[in-house]
Amino acid sequence: MKTGARVSGVGAARDDSETRPTVTVADVGLESVRKNFGDFTAVDGVDLEVGKGEFFSLLGPSGSGKTTCLRMIAGFEEPTSGRILLQGRDVSKLAPYDRDVNTVFQDYALFPHMTVRKNVEYGLKVKRVPADDRTGRATEALRMVRLTDFDDRRPAELSGGQRQRVALARALVNEPRVLLLDEPLGALDLKLREEMQIELKQIQQRVGLTFIYVTHDQEEALTMSDRLAVMNKGKIEQVGTPADVYERPTSSFVAGFVGVSNVLSAGVAQRIAGEGRSFTVRPEKIRLAASDEHPQPEECSAQGHVQEVIYVGAHTRYVVELEGGGSLVVLRQNLSSSSMEALKVKGKQVQLIWNRKHNTFVDDATLDFDQTDGSGKEKR
Amino acid sequence: MTEMATATATQPKALHRASAWLHRRPKLRLGMLLGPPMAWMLVVYLGALTLLFLTGFWSQNVLTAEVQRTWGLENYQEILSSAAYRTIALRTLGIAFAVMTTDIILALPVAYFAARVARPTTRVLLLLSITLPLWSSYLVRVYAWRVILSGTGLLNWTLGKLQLGALDIEYSNWSVWIVFSYLWLPFVALPIYTALERVPTSYIEASADLGAKWWLTFRRVVLPIAFPGIVAGAMFAFALTLGDYIVPILAGNTLFIGNVIYQSVGVANNVPFAAAYAVVPAVIMGVYLIGARKLGAFEAL
Repeated sequence: MKTGARVSGVGAARDDSETRPTVTVADVGLESVRKNFGDFTAVDGVDLEVGKGEFFSLLGPSGSGKTTCLRMIAGFEEPTSGRILLQGRDVSKLAPYDRDVNTVFQDYALFPHMTVRKNVEYGLKVKRVPADDRTGRATEALRMVRLTDFDDRRPAELSGGQRQRVALARALVNEPRVLLLDEPLGALDLKLREEMQIELKQIQQRVGLTFIYVTHDQEEALTMSDRLAVMNKGKIEQVGTPADVYERPTSSFVAGFVGVSNVLSAGVAQRIAGEGRSFTVRPEKIRLAASDEHPQPEECSAQGHVQEVIYVGAHTRYVVELEGGGSLVVLRQNLSSSSMEALKVKGKQVQLIWNRKHNTFVDDATLDFDQTDGSGKEKR
Repeated sequence: MTEMATATATQPKALHRASAWLHRRPKLRLGMLLGPPMAWMLVVYLGALTLLFLTGFWSQNVLTAEVQRTWGLENYQEILSSAAYRTIALRTLGIAFAVMTTDIILALPVAYFAARVARPTTRVLLLLSITLPLWSSYLVRVYAWRVILSGTGLLNWTLGKLQLGALDIEYSNWSVWIVFSYLWLPFVALPIYTALERVPTSYIEASADLGAKWWLTFRRVVLPIAFPGIVAGAMFAFALTLGDYIVPILAGNTLFIGNVIYQSVGVANNVPFAAAYAVVPAVIMGVYLIGARKLGAFEAL
């Protein structure tokens, strides 16, 4: 599904270039954008190109500069240096109302003194769209987010999920070139969030809009995006498709933030893989084996003992302390094992075996990244 | 658990039992908390208001000037039928509205700037300069305005320098209006500042994001949301003007409701008539409050 979405994104860009035989212009572009707040550098030289119709995510921990990037694209903040381009046009100095983008705010920012319909019609009314046209488009937008019988309600009378939909309809009704979403699902509970993820993705594909989606939830970014950028401390660590970022992280920060860290330092790597560079291996690629099993030539192995067993329903997570130093997280589907069986392994001596090709070498620079943070994100 | 046990052990047993007993009776606790202040309000405010209303039905002996405690409608009849008293009431009402409107117009931009535009230091300075006049005596400020507005005062001096002629507004309703507007401005500006400050920034950003320029955002989003607070602030200017009698004496040349009451009590010793006339602003204020409630002013408090 991820690759399918990716292909459709590229396809949309290609269609566009056929109608305009010139070089394809990115829908949204950031050119060495910096943003300082006093002494604090929120965004530190970001370059980015987002294609037309693409679902692009900015993923990162809080304070990584992702929201500031979004706010600069929307026009709420002016970059300290660098340029913001929309369809190739420099909009860095333009006010929000002069940009063909709309935003879905984290707190929805629905106007409390207006009904649902008034909220949705606001953008059209402001742009002096004739009344009957306005009504039709608002009805269509509300239908798209499946909120047809709520016209006269006030935002205060709606549930969180419904407010979210109104916010979406209010932005979509303006038919912007680009839709910016700032952690739009952050305030919803897990179940609703998963539903809305699917719905958002469907809406995006149907209307063919460029979405720029800010989130700190790696699972959300992986499941929804065509491409994503992982941000850390105001810089972009890696840009790529979800599969790229997940399977071939270029830094230990990305490895840790997107999924479980499982980064082994250069010294340990030398002993296990025979190569003195630190690498990461995804927990689901590793299998637990008896300590006397002989690995195949193409496989890596490490002895250790199980320090922690976390039963998560569909799978179980094992934290294994390696004898040569460091620790690895192993994920195992609960194909036949019950929780009792899974938990019994705790404290036992085991051997970890995985195929060498799953080793992804990363730079050592940010090895201090907090592992628990990464795994905590995954649990959501 | 053990901590709690030691804590309660040190407390006297009876006290502990009493507090446990009270804990199970939230209504009684509320009653004990609100009872005394509510009783105070009831006796002092509503009691006094009732007495005022009732006193209005008494009369004054024409010869001895003593209060006669016999019931009659003469005072109220006189107020309703006399053109002079009607004019005074309408004049007071008109000036109160004028002052209220002026203060809203003056306070809105300043309050908006302080709440939404200014940096923290500027904001503090601005709020300080709004409230600073309150630290000096009311009389000093009124006399200061008398100096400014007098025939040879600062106003006419400035106008003369600008070759704009001169204004003869000393001791007039114009000067009463100006002085009142100045005096009550802090009371209007502060609630409006609070109301504007409470409008979430994201609403304003959302409005701009949806294509509205500053003025449209202000008119369609900021103003409606801050409106109850603005009405609440305006109430101060209205109520304070309605009850004041010093400014008309010092800066004006006409009578206001307050002056009539003051003269009835202090000069003529006709307390019953003063009481009856005091019902007029009370009624006006009642009507105003009902209107303000309709506009949602109390939801903002």
